[in-house]
Amino acid sequence: MSEKHIDDVSGVETTGHVWDGIRELNNPLPRWWLWTFYLTIIWAIGYMVAYPAIPLINGATKGMLGYSSRANVVAELADAKAAQGELLERVSATPLEEIASDPDLLQFAIAGGSSAFKVNCAQCHGSGAAGSAGYPNLNDDDWLWGGTIDQIYLSIAHGIRSEEDDDTRISDMPAFADILEAEQIDQVGAYVVSLSDTPSDASLVEAGREVYVENCAACHGDDGEGIADFGAPRLSDGIWLKGSTEAEIVAQIRNPKHGVMPAWVGRLGEPTIKQLAVYVHTLGGGQ
Amino acid sequence: MKYAFETIAVGIGAFLALLGVAFAKDDLFEAHMWVLFFVLLVSTVLLLRRIKFSSASVETADDKSGYFDEVVRYGIIATTFWGIVGFLVGVVVALQLAYPDLNIEPWLNFGRTRPLHTSAVVFAFGGNALLATSFYVVQRTCRARLFGGDLAWFVFWGYQLFIVMAATGYLLGITQGREYAEPEWYVDLWLTVVWVAYLIVFMGTLFKRKEPHIYVANWFYLAFIVTIAMLHIVNNLAIPVSFLGVKSYSAFAGVQDALTQWWYGHNAVGFFLTAGFLGMMYYFIPKQAGRPVYSYRLSIIHFWALIFLYIWAGPHHLHYTALPDWAQTLGMVFSIMLWMPSWGGMINGLMTLSGAWDKIRTDPIIRMMVIAVAFYGMSTFEGPMMSIKAVNSLSHYTDWTIGHVHSGALGWVGMISFGAIYYLVPKLWGRNRLYSMRLVNWHFWLATLGIVVYAAVLWVAGIQQGLMWREYNDQGFLVYSFAESVDAMHPYYVLRSIGGLMYLVGALIMGWNVLMTILGHERNEAPIPGSEPAMQPAE
Repeated sequence: MSEKHIDDVSGVETTGHVWDGIRELNNPLPRWWLWTFYLTIIWAIGYMVAYPAIPLINGATKGMLGYSSRANVVAELADAKAAQGELLERVSATPLEEIASDPDLLQFAIAGGSSAFKVNCAQCHGSGAAGSAGYPNLNDDDWLWGGTIDQIYLSIAHGIRSEEDDDTRISDMPAFADILEAEQIDQVGAYVVSLSDTPSDASLVEAGREVYVENCAACHGDDGEGIADFGAPRLSDGIWLKGSTEAEIVAQIRNPKHGVMPAWVGRLGEPTIKQLAVYVHTLGGGQ
Repeated sequence: MKYAFETIAVGIGAFLALLGVAFAKDDLFEAHMWVLFFVLLVSTVLLLRRIKFSSASVETADDKSGYFDEVVRYGIIATTFWGIVGFLVGVVVALQLAYPDLNIEPWLNFGRTRPLHTSAVVFAFGGNALLATSFYVVQRTCRARLFGGDLAWFVFWGYQLFIVMAATGYLLGITQGREYAEPEWYVDLWLTVVWVAYLIVFMGTLFKRKEPHIYVANWFYLAFIVTIAMLHIVNNLAIPVSFLGVKSYSAFAGVQDALTQWWYGHNAVGFFLTAGFLGMMYYFIPKQAGRPVYSYRLSIIHFWALIFLYIWAGPHHLHYTALPDWAQTLGMVFSIMLWMPSWGGMINGLMTLSGAWDKIRTDPIIRMMVIAVAFYGMSTFEGPMMSIKAVNSLSHYTDWTIGHVHSGALGWVGMISFGAIYYLVPKLWGRNRLYSMRLVNWHFWLATLGIVVYAAVLWVAGIQQGLMWREYNDQGFLVYSFAESVDAMHPYYVLRSIGGLMYLVGALIMGWNVLMTILGHERNEAPIPGSEPAMQPAE
């Protein structure tokens, strides 16, 4: 079966083999194909001479260009730091309240804070810092722990209820399910709602006021204005962290949920925290 | 007593699975052994009903041609079935990315459906296509019946069991966390047994061939089978925590582990999705075109160059990582050198049509095969390009990579398999022709447009993603958060789902066409223009 055979259509000789009716033409390798193949091999050899390539017993050939991806990263990081160096140092050296009075420094701090916010904070607070249920909105002027730039700095640096930081901010509203009668909780819930809205049952409000004065006013203030030093939320502005329905408010009195924010100073470093504080302070609600 | 031994063996397997349930060290192993038990129990019952107590010497219909084709028929049906399943899961996964609410916890979240999709298309669809066509091709080109008798059945059903165990494992949350090698140690061991049986059937058939030479398609199939065995075993070397528990730990650690994984991962592409399907191409294109292979010499050179170079290219998956620079360099230069050996296959496929180019116009099956080879050429240019470190620094970890994989998987692997299915079904079931050539044409256009939409959208998406990630402002700060780059992907993810949906609809049309052909129907339709010789005037 291996006698030579000429293909009628192309006039090319076949190899003489036949498998299930399939023959093979004996065409040569296409020249352009072969030369391109050679070229890639030559290029590969050249590249291997220029760059680290051949493993040896200890380490590998270094290549004529002395390339090292790690050295490149170190150099690029150093360059990036040097490019920001002067401004970064000024951020470190300038007290927080004074950064705003230097337009260059302010712009730099806001840009750096915004960038750090997107990478580290947006996951919980949202990329527009609008927050969501359980995560505070940073654009409004309602601040749990105070809205001055120093207070914001402390919240970011040491976190809220962050176990890894001894200076963290801690506030624990007790679970009033263990302290008050169910009826009293409904009453005080109605009263708290009445500070900013209409409760479902207005007749409970008067009794609720008494419960409030005895149990809640010490932290939340006589008129529900909140006390930032304790992290006690303002109750009179209609802004709710955990949910704004009466049922959610009552649930929060009965058995409160406490959020946690990590302490960031150990992770991001002092200058970045300062930039974040400046950025958050300028979002709209800074005091 | 035909099937008596098989029935007893599967029954014992079911019993052992039940013991596995009873003594399981963890809940997942128990659940997975329940799955295995029920699969084997049903198999035992089905086998029991087929036991024949008559003399075993009764000839079956198969033996008339001398070829063992029943297993190929099952393989083609399995290929079609798993293809549709895999594409369907693909569309679901794509929609989960576009609409995260579609993640149904815990069984159908993205982390579990994604390996379900990749394994369903690569191993279930692609694997069955390779099993079925390799069994068909090796018999025809060796003029020999499959070696090992019913061992081929063991390979087929054993492989289906592997697929079922892998898929149910993913949904239960059992995984090694190695891409394309997710099944845990006990499923890996089972696949090893099946694969060795596959190698024995294939090699045995080659040994008893009646042709003096081994056809090029069989070189590629053999390279695929041998290399996959090696890759599978080395990458899955692991120590189980317990022989009655799901968890195991890799034999390698750190960057060595990563490199082993991508040595495997890249060559799963190289030897499963490339070498195996080149074997398919080398048989079905010359057969369908009725033309000789373009160049014997090219087939030898590109085969050996491809086999030698591919195995070194894996490190390009780990550019700019803890992998030492020298290994990254080697991964890159071997990928570049791989360009022409890959294109050798494309040239041989396309140039085989010289003298039959008109068939692209008249034969939708040839058209399907040609577009497959064209996508093969495109992907094997794109691959080396993406392995260049400067390009990789932009493309790596972006959806460009996903687009690249799909132009290869949908374009090359899918289309050449569809072509082979359309070629085989009428032959295997003894029909005059397919149920409908016009439906093949519909499938061709839906699939082609689907791929073009899919790949083009993900090129744009990937490049945009890469640019967003590296965007710094003039003060040296990152401009975008990662979440913003995810948000920016939404329209692309919706569009890619549409591309995938078109591809799925094409496959459903194929399923219908295959089913009707098997049932013996012929659709009454006008022939494709030019596909039949024009009527000659009487005088």
